[in-house]
This record gives sequence, structure tokens and C-alpha cells, in this order.
Amino acid sequence: MLEVNVTGKFFGDQKILGACKLKLKPAERISILGPSGVGKSTLLRIISGLDTNFEGVVKCPEKLAFMFQGPNLLAWRTCYQNLLIFHPEVSQTGATQMLEQVGLGDKGFFYPDQLSLGQQRRLALARTFLSPADIILLDEPFTSLDPKLKLEMLTLTRTLLDQSKSTLVHVTHDISESEYLMSNAVELKGNPATLHHQASDE
Amino acid sequence: MRNEHLIRLVSLGALLLAWSALSIIMADPEILPSPRSVIQKMGELWATGDLQKHLLDTCFRILWAFSLAMCIGGFLGYFMGRNPLANAWIDPWLIIFLNLPALVLIVLCYLWIGLNEVAAILAVTLNKLPLVMTLIREGARSSSSELRDLAKAYKLPKLKVLRHIILPELLPHIVSAARTGLSMIWKIVLVVEFLGRGTGIGRQIHTQFSIFNITGVLAYSLSFVFFIMLIELLIMQPFERYATRWRQHA
Repeated sequence: MLEVNVTGKFFGDQKILGACKLKLKPAERISILGPSGVGKSTLLRIISGLDTNFEGVVKCPEKLAFMFQGPNLLAWRTCYQNLLIFHPEVSQTGATQMLEQVGLGDKGFFYPDQLSLGQQRRLALARTFLSPADIILLDEPFTSLDPKLKLEMLTLTRTLLDQSKSTLVHVTHDISESEYLMSNAVELKGNPATLHHQASDE
Repeated sequence: MRNEHLIRLVSLGALLLAWSALSIIMADPEILPSPRSVIQKMGELWATGDLQKHLLDTCFRILWAFSLAMCIGGFLGYFMGRNPLANAWIDPWLIIFLNLPALVLIVLCYLWIGLNEVAAILAVTLNKLPLVMTLIREGARSSSSELRDLAKAYKLPKLKVLRHIILPELLPHIVSAARTGLSMIWKIVLVVEFLGRGTGIGRQIHTQFSIFNITGVLAYSLSFVFFIMLIELLIMQPFERYATRWRQHA
């Protein structure tokens, strides 16, 4: 499924990432935990293929979905378009069903600016789960949310994950998120940061 | 809103009134003709077909120069905004052209290419080009890297990226380049015609100027101003509203 064998990643002269090995079976879920700035997002970008400038090998399925820290929506396109542009194989009915599931059933023709912050997040979630991806990558999408919205988003994400049965790689600094999503926690720490498969108990 | 429209109308009326009053006080139609006689002259020019013919010629040059400057300037500006190395190469040229007086470019174009249509259109285009490049470059620089990542993660085809991300993101900058560029072209195209073309509003102003016919000068220039205001109202403003429609909902 997913095979990651990163041996090094440099920003200029500075080595950010050391040995990071990861092997996931289909439908397996992991959360990569670590303090901010340690290189979690960098590792996720390498896994997703957004960053190809590193030492090592990554084998990642073609069909992936990526959820970013911010909603990252096209402000100039309606909710429908925001979904369908990225999933051309999905019908409008399919998009409507997904919008209903995230509680935006009547917002299809709205522009993102007309939505509340929570609704924008849910639209981003809908985009991530609209068509079945082999692997779903979450780059701290729940940080900087207020506790109520965070809980709502986590519950929704878990439901969608259970439905889709996709593999999950999730990056966060909050272990409770990993518990919510029922994922195995691995830790990224050190300088340069390396991946530790048993989360240390504090 | 309505109130503001009214104020604009009254203000315009006041300008006309002031002009009328001044022309009565001066009592010298050779120097300052009344609005009435200028409008009369416009009517005469329209009846002979002169006005439409020259307006059309000027319009044709504007259209060419505008399209050329927008396409070439847009492409180059975007390229410079995305590619620091290209920017380092082209930027010094840009600065020179930005600071070259319009008149110098016009005269050089005529001297080097000859007194023809190509030289005229090129002179106008070259005057507008640096402005478009600067504005589009700014737009390309401020484009969001997150949206690029999004497109890349979902493996969006290039054409879709252009249509749904690059162009919409650039659109406000394209609109402002079009508007400021157009208002610059109006002014320069007349000078170009004045100096070296046989037709066009600029040429007619030259003719009226050489026979010291102020009524004629005013008739031609005011017709041109009306024409521009019409384009602004019927094309540019609706286009701008369309380009920013998603923002007005907020």
C-alpha cells in the first residue's frame, strides 16, 4: 500500500529529517505526532509527492486525497464546483449527497465567502472524501479550531473514514485526535527528526 | 446609492452651467464657444459622417494596441512574477520602458518604422506594455502556493489549473491592468494620431488646431470623451462586476 523510506531531507545545509520508515496496509490508520516545527508537514508533503526533493524512496498510491491546515477553497467557485473540479468523475447527485452528509445540503450554489468558518472546513472535508481515495492525508486540519468545532470535525471525519475504508496518514501535535480517529500513533522527534514507532508514554 | 447618482448628475450639470456662464461673460465664441455651439458642431460632423469615420479609426487602433499589450504584457508579467531569474533579466528593461516618456517612444517608432499604421499601433502598445507587465507580475507574485499544492495533490490537469486557479486568482489584477491601461491608451492614441496619422480623432484635433478652430477641437474631443465613458459604462464596469461577483456575496 504505502511504503515510505526517507533517509534525509535538507533545507539548505540543515538536515530536517533523518530516517523515516513507514509501511501501511490498506485501511490502516496512523497519526504522526510531534511538536510543531519538527517536520511533520514536511514528511507529509514528501509522502504525498508534493515535495520530491529528498533522499530516499516513497511508494504512494496514485489516488490520494489531501486535507490542508486551512480550508484551501477556491473562493471564486461555488461549493458544487469546489467539489466537482477536483472529482470530475463524480455526478452532481453524488456531490449533493456528500454536501448533505457534512450538513451543507442547501449550500451547493453558495460561494465559500458566504459560508461560516465551520462550514468552510466541512466543505474542505467533503472535498477530501468525495470520491474514494486509496489514501487520505491530513495535515493538521483540526488545529486552530475552537474545541466545539474541532469535536464536530473529528466526529465527521471518523464517520467518513469508516465509510471510505481508505488508508489514513494524519499529522498532528494532539494525541487526543489520534484516539478519536482510532489511529496508531507514531512519533516524529529529534534533530534531525526521525520516526519512532512506539509512542513514548509520558 | 440613488442619492449618490443624483449628486453626480447635479455636479455634471454644474460644470455645463459654469461653462455656459463663462462663455457668456467672455462673449468671444472664437476663444470659448458655448456648449450649444459645440453640440451643434458635433451634430454637423455626425451628419457629414466625419465624426463616425474618425472615431472608428481611433477605436480600431485602441483595440489593437489594447489586445496586444494585454496579451503580451500578461504573459510576460506572469512569467516574471513566477520566475525570479526571468524577472532579474527583464526587470531592467521594464524600468527603462516605464520611465521612457510616451512622446519619445512615439517619435522613435515613427522614425524607425515609418509613418504607418504598424508604427502607430506599436507606439501605443509599447507605452502600455510595461504597466500591464508590472500589474500582472504583482498578481502572479501574490498567488497562493497552497492552491498550487491543492492542484498538485489532486493531479489537476494543466488546463483546469489555468481555468480554475491561475486565471481567477489573477483576474482582479487583469481587470485593474485593463482599466488603467485603457485610460492610458485613450490619452496616448490621440498623440500618436496627432503626430503622424492621416485619420482618427487625434488627427482631426490637429487639423482644427492648425486653423485655430476651438469649437472643432472641443467637438471632436468631447465626442471622444463621451465615447470612452460609454465603453467604461457598458463594457469595463460590467466586466469588473462579473470578475468580482463571488466577492459581493460576502
